[in-house]
Amino acid sequence: MNNLFVYLELQEDSRVAEVSLELLTKGRSLATQLGCRLEAVAAGCNLEGIAAQVMPYGVDVLHLFDAEGLYPYTSLPHTSVLVNLFKEEQPQIALMGATVIGRDLGPRVSSALHSGLTADCTALEIGEHDDKKAGKHYEGLLYQIRPAFGGNIVATIVNPENRPQMATVREGVMKKELFDANHQGEIVRHDVAKYVPDTDYVVKVIERHVERAKHNLKGAPIVVAGGYGVGSRENFQLLFDLAKELHGEVGASRAAVDAGFADHDRQIGQTGVTVRPKLYIACGISGQIQHIAGMQESSMIISINSDPNAPINTIADYVITGRVEDVVPKMIKYYKKNSK
Amino acid sequence: MNLRIIVLAKQVPDTRNVGKDAMNADGTINRAALPAIFNPEDLNALEQALRLKEQYPGTTVKVLTMGPPRAAEIVREGMFRGTDGGYLLTDRAFAGADTLATSYALSTAIRKMGEYDIIIGGRQAIDGDTAQVGPQVAEKLGLTQITYAEEILKVEDGRITVKRHIDGGVETVEGPLPIVITVNGSAAPCRPRNAKLLMTHKNAVITEWSVADIDGDVAQCGLSGSPTKVKAIQNIVFKAKESKAMGDTDAEIENLIVELVENHTIS
Repeated sequence: MNNLFVYLELQEDSRVAEVSLELLTKGRSLATQLGCRLEAVAAGCNLEGIAAQVMPYGVDVLHLFDAEGLYPYTSLPHTSVLVNLFKEEQPQIALMGATVIGRDLGPRVSSALHSGLTADCTALEIGEHDDKKAGKHYEGLLYQIRPAFGGNIVATIVNPENRPQMATVREGVMKKELFDANHQGEIVRHDVAKYVPDTDYVVKVIERHVERAKHNLKGAPIVVAGGYGVGSRENFQLLFDLAKELHGEVGASRAAVDAGFADHDRQIGQTGVTVRPKLYIACGISGQIQHIAGMQESSMIISINSDPNAPINTIADYVITGRVEDVVPKMIKYYKKNSK
Repeated sequence: MNLRIIVLAKQVPDTRNVGKDAMNADGTINRAALPAIFNPEDLNALEQALRLKEQYPGTTVKVLTMGPPRAAEIVREGMFRGTDGGYLLTDRAFAGADTLATSYALSTAIRKMGEYDIIIGGRQAIDGDTAQVGPQVAEKLGLTQITYAEEILKVEDGRITVKRHIDGGVETVEGPLPIVITVNGSAAPCRPRNAKLLMTHKNAVITEWSVADIDGDVAQCGLSGSPTKVKAIQNIVFKAKESKAMGDTDAEIENLIVELVENHTIS
């Protein structure tokens, strides 16, 4: 009882999503700190391969809900699985990915259990809390830390009274690490019909197109990112040319995406992808906090900006004051000349 | 077919254009420095509702919002684009609500509004980016939901077909009415205000509802109805690095490239 639960998001062929493995890693360390067990829940179809994928991350108990109709995901059956399981198990913490599925499922579960949920956390910690008005002291609470207000502030949220304390986290924010390749936990196979009424299967998925990502921005060792200062979709092509030469990927700030210069799936920042490349080349990016939150852990940062006082320059290793359309072609030219 | 549609919409500070004066010296937000706007994705939702109204004559579209008295503008903005009015929930007891307390207030007001077929809102508001209120309203009303909608394809025989965004792709799903739908920012943009409707409704009086008017439980509203508490708020301070400043001459760019190639950062 009162353990830490992670909802496992499943992709095609019952592959566990990266974000779920990242959350198991975080969950493992939080559970150890709290002295509780790490439990994982998978709901889908043909789940025999799940245990081998997740046990090395230190799962103590794996709950399997294996039935036709649980894949592909629809809202009501998965909500019933978690709500009814949580009523029995009384978890203290429940974590899920801030994905389309997690953001569809988490709020419903939190509403049904009247437990608080914090979306898109960038850090999770354990700490204490004093409610001075009520004169109450709490220990071992989950600090749910997230940027708020368009990324201009960071808020620490706690749920003192209600359980489970729920949080969602975006892919790439936590780091995935194996706990023990030989770790073996307990597996519990549940009777789905006891948890999910037939009336839950009301939404039908008629058609589905899932494409493997066109690029690997998150894992790219070199990222060439553009902001509003790039000026146009045509100028963004220069960034693609440089990225191609360097074997990197192209990213964009929210302002550039909103302006239509780059596609949404290339957005870096609090509401986009978090990247940790060895080299980040920021082109015409002013450096709003919500963007910096998604790239500040880059090993080396080069900022190209016509404004020598662009905020991003304060965290850059190299600041080139100049126009993107002048500097980027020179970088391509001299890379070609010097890399052979 | 007469559909009864409720659009959930929020007036939000424009966090996309935060200037230097947006933060007070003590780290709190200077709301006065930020213009109040119609939450962008709620406009995408409004457009889907108005399209249904055109497609199925006899359909009614009403806007429901919650906020301070000036948020009545949101209901009027809807009327300027073709809705049939709406309601503003406003009461000090609603203040400080997290998403659960917000969804309690909205779902209680929706019950008060009477019968409905479709409740539609933006996926998320730009001042919180949580995307939680839509699904929580659905849960509280005992309805199913379709989130991340791109386009409503048809409504037929009590079922609605929706194209929605999923991670890495799209899917088309079909669900029963009544239903809650949340709409993505990538859906069709909202039509502009209609000049005639603007003239007709610019002074429209919007019905305001308090907690008592919707027969709400004060304990479940606002701060007291919120399980999540804000423990701390901090300004973000990034560790400044010592940076090397450079110009954009050929020699400087070439030197940098050579340095990066030699230390194996690139190549």
